[in-house]
Amino acid sequence: MRLDRRALVLAGLLSPIAAFAEQFAGKYNPLADPVGDGLWMVRGADEAIGFANGGAIANSAIIATDAGAVLFDPGVSREHGLALGALAQRLTGKAVGRVYVSHLHPDHAMGAAAFDPAIVHALPATRAELERDGEGFSDAMYRLLADWMKGTAVVLPQGDLSDGQAEFGGRKFRLLALKGHSGGDLALLDEATGTLIAGDLVFHDRAPSTPHASLPDWRKSLDVLAALPHRLLLPGHGPIDRDGSAIAQTRDWLDWLEATLRDSVAQGFDMSEAGELPIPPRFAALKAARYELQRSVSHFYPALEAELLPRL
Amino acid sequence: MRRLTIAALSSVASFVVAANAQAAPVDPLKSPMWEHHAARLFGSDKIVFDPRVAVRIPEIAENQRVFPVTVDARSVPDVRRIVLFADLNPIPVALDYRLAEAEPFVATRIKLDQRTPVRAAVQTADGTWHVGGAWIDAAGGGCSAPPVSRVKGDWADHLGEVRGAQWLEKAGETRLRMTFRHPMDTGLVENIPAYNIEHLSIRDDSGKSLGEMEIFGSVAEDPAFTVVVNARGAISFEARDSAGLRFPGKVGA
Repeated sequence: MRLDRRALVLAGLLSPIAAFAEQFAGKYNPLADPVGDGLWMVRGADEAIGFANGGAIANSAIIATDAGAVLFDPGVSREHGLALGALAQRLTGKAVGRVYVSHLHPDHAMGAAAFDPAIVHALPATRAELERDGEGFSDAMYRLLADWMKGTAVVLPQGDLSDGQAEFGGRKFRLLALKGHSGGDLALLDEATGTLIAGDLVFHDRAPSTPHASLPDWRKSLDVLAALPHRLLLPGHGPIDRDGSAIAQTRDWLDWLEATLRDSVAQGFDMSEAGELPIPPRFAALKAARYELQRSVSHFYPALEAELLPRL
Repeated sequence: MRRLTIAALSSVASFVVAANAQAAPVDPLKSPMWEHHAARLFGSDKIVFDPRVAVRIPEIAENQRVFPVTVDARSVPDVRRIVLFADLNPIPVALDYRLAEAEPFVATRIKLDQRTPVRAAVQTADGTWHVGGAWIDAAGGGCSAPPVSRVKGDWADHLGEVRGAQWLEKAGETRLRMTFRHPMDTGLVENIPAYNIEHLSIRDDSGKSLGEMEIFGSVAEDPAFTVVVNARGAISFEARDSAGLRFPGKVGA
């Protein structure tokens, strides 16, 4: 113990940053990629939430309007939301005037803490799910992210969005009230640029996560998105989709996942064995595939056993 | 079996056992509780860390109430007993499986109350314990939060529902899966006393025992067990809980 502490002090004298790198959070430094006229994508890390990435794993979008910037998904923490807000100000010359929260998951929702709740909007189902799960998410994020979360309290969005046309600062949006990745999934089509901001209904080259998923609902929502004419697609995780492949990739993974887990129960495998099953080569480009498969086993397996194992 | 039960639950008993213990080998996982558990579980028996004892777990504890663990020690000859435990759980031992006509393989789900080593110790016929395991990070509350069915209030409606099936593992071997609806109350949640399945017995068609398992409150709610037995044909099993209720099942009849 004493040796460790002395070694730490010595290391601290030589290299203070390295010595304290695990104690204190760094600074969020979100970067924007221009996507179209007055629209930018901010890429999250294609990883699991962890201290090393500050939980900044979800994509966000920034849209310029006459009434202020629109921020679609404000990040994981108050500091993250503030950094995204400052980026929006630099890019658009205006402060954030409206925030959309696509769904309840903390990597997308908890950065709302950086904004006036009056300008933060979401689907009614998302507000209800955050009322139910927000404090639990908060506990989990503080445990994983510690100092990155400082000052972050659960801010409930206005649950006032519905399917249809919306307009803010002279810019027209089509809002889609969907579900399947969670109980409420908001997607937004920016009409000026034909950009579909899909939230976590669409993952791209990053395996989909399923903690609150209903696969039948998710597939129906993918049908809606695929039928909606758009030029570009911003997924909730992973790179921008320019060739229309991300919706099909997300569906392919969900179909494979469900078939694989059902087959695994039918073959008599237990959960940890199911989590070790081979992942087909066509998913080789998907980041975090093994991690998400094992999470999905946890989400779906007990219910599949209750459905498929004979009652004695 | 009784001695392990007492030792598992009583620190007084563990000191008595510890007094006779020889020094345990240095723990590759550097667990703060290794020496304590080694002394109380294995007494003066020989202990070796053995990579052939595979403890297969996911890379993330997605749900600390239901953490899957598969123990596969089939490359260790003459295994007679498997003890599955998590060093830093308030109820460390999850199950103690005595093999009669069974392969050294068991899969189940356990609760995790914090970051902890998850280990299997298998005892061979010469008395030596072979130990394998790994650390897993986990949020708290797996043992000290109420079961989902307690929160929903429907646990009694489904208590004792048994599901199961068998598969051919390989020639002469049967893979048997069994699930039970049971709250598996730990006794660590306010105003809910301990109430758990505590024994599982597996028999062939002639009534001969294939394996016997002592089960503790750190096994997950609605427990599931997978074993491989050296028998074919009909296999029957029966779980018994701490209130004396019995939950029988038969597969391959």
